[in-house]
Amino acid sequence: MSNVYIIGAGEAKYGELWDRSLREIAVEAGLKAVESAGIRTKDLGAIYMGNSLGGDISMQEHLSALMSDHAGIASEYVPSIRVETSTASGASAFREACLGIRSGEFDIAMVGGAEKMTELYGNEMIDITSSIIDREWEAFTGATPAALAALSARRYMSDFNVQKDVLAQISVNDHANASLNENAHFRNRITIDQALGATPIAEPLNLMDCAPLSDGASSLILASEKYVREHGVEGVRVMGSAMSQGAFALHSRESLYTVEPTRIASEKALKQAGLSLKDISMVEIHDSYSIYGLMALEDLGFAKKGKARELIENGIGLTGNLPVNPSGGLKAKGFPYGASGVGQIVEAYYQLKNKAGKRQIKDVKYAMTHSQAGSGAASVVHILGVE
Amino acid sequence: MGELSRMWREMPSRYRMEGRRCENCKRVYFPPRDICPVCHRESIGRMTPVDIAGNGEIVSYTIVHETPPAFIRQKPYVLAIILLEEGPMITGQVVDCELEDVKIGKKVRSVFRRISEDGKSGVIHYGYKFVLDK
Ligand SMILES: [Zn+2]
Repeated sequence: MSNVYIIGAGEAKYGELWDRSLREIAVEAGLKAVESAGIRTKDLGAIYMGNSLGGDISMQEHLSALMSDHAGIASEYVPSIRVETSTASGASAFREACLGIRSGEFDIAMVGGAEKMTELYGNEMIDITSSIIDREWEAFTGATPAALAALSARRYMSDFNVQKDVLAQISVNDHANASLNENAHFRNRITIDQALGATPIAEPLNLMDCAPLSDGASSLILASEKYVREHGVEGVRVMGSAMSQGAFALHSRESLYTVEPTRIASEKALKQAGLSLKDISMVEIHDSYSIYGLMALEDLGFAKKGKARELIENGIGLTGNLPVNPSGGLKAKGFPYGASGVGQIVEAYYQLKNKAGKRQIKDVKYAMTHSQAGSGAASVVHILGVE
Repeated sequence: MGELSRMWREMPSRYRMEGRRCENCKRVYFPPRDICPVCHRESIGRMTPVDIAGNGEIVSYTIVHETPPAFIRQKPYVLAIILLEEGPMITGQVVDCELEDVKIGKKVRSVFRRISEDGKSGVIHYGYKFVLDK
């Protein structure tokens, strides 16, 4: 089976882009990726589009075809498909594209992730985003994505005697890194005190524990080993790609702060890559809520359960022991649901190619990305590297 | 939206907490399941209705300030995960209490209440909430 390489990346800025449509930002990211890969759109064997809520927010389905047409490539008749696994849609689209190339069916694929989150207003969006949790048995009772994260947080803090300042450090780190990322939604640094004093959303979580609703689009071009050899392209290799899915509702899980699919996907991806966690130079984690950042670091294996605090104390900044979310993470780079999973891999690509500018981490050899669906129904983990 | 047919379909579970028991392993499920995730095919056709008493304890809780439109008039409200004495955990609101009295481990019992103001079809939803056991 063919190895898979990333040979190009492109992004539209994340943020509140009231003057831009879903198709505009998706096309911008896609064409930038094509440009950076040095390919022609006629070379594309397939297009995979990650999008979570387009049907509800923009009342637009089949985004893969819409974007492809709007990019002016309908005349190439490339197969395209939208992939949906709620907040992990982008990472799932990337994984499907990898599997497509590995199958030998085609040599080049485009992966896109796009979401337009600011089309509707606050309370209405809470209702719509609640479709990523169990509508009938969670949202029906008044649960929201933030409330479920808060339920995990309360129990975690109680069982491990962890205070809110530990959670806040995930957000503070995200904002510090995003201040160096011109595509980020928020480019302001925040202090621990600001993070602790924000408006409550679902106690114990406040506004600074919660990733924002962002518009945004990210895109990558993938190629087979054959293509990379024949064209002398230096790509970033996809060394591990794993997905796992478990119980849907939070109340159906044995532990309120363990996402078993994350643990399983991490183990599988590392095994495929032939690496251990010690080899990983940086990680992009799915911290849609600060508590999920702690849980991800533990479930991925970087810290024992309840011990993420120690890992954070040892440094998660760009020069720390384990740099976390150099992009700015979901909290500060922004959280366009279907785009984030692709955006994390775009960041890993830039870091591995030594093209991350002011936020470049030294000597990045292997990078891990982690995307989570909803409150933890599924997780997708990728390991990327340069050889 | 099919909201009316959904509401009708879910009435036994929402109104009197009807769950399911797997007659193969005797585990109780609420919300109801058609297949036991432990016994798989052995449970097919052997998931019988069982009434949940509604007694349990708080496993975790949150005070919700930002809500969907149908819950705005109730905010802030306490949402909790309850471990039922029959075994399953469920999500539900804890009402009629002072916020500071809600704690992990507190015993609760279910009550029948209005859940949300109105859905898209103008329907008022009723179902279970919880109160602290005095
Ligand atoms: Zn059973």
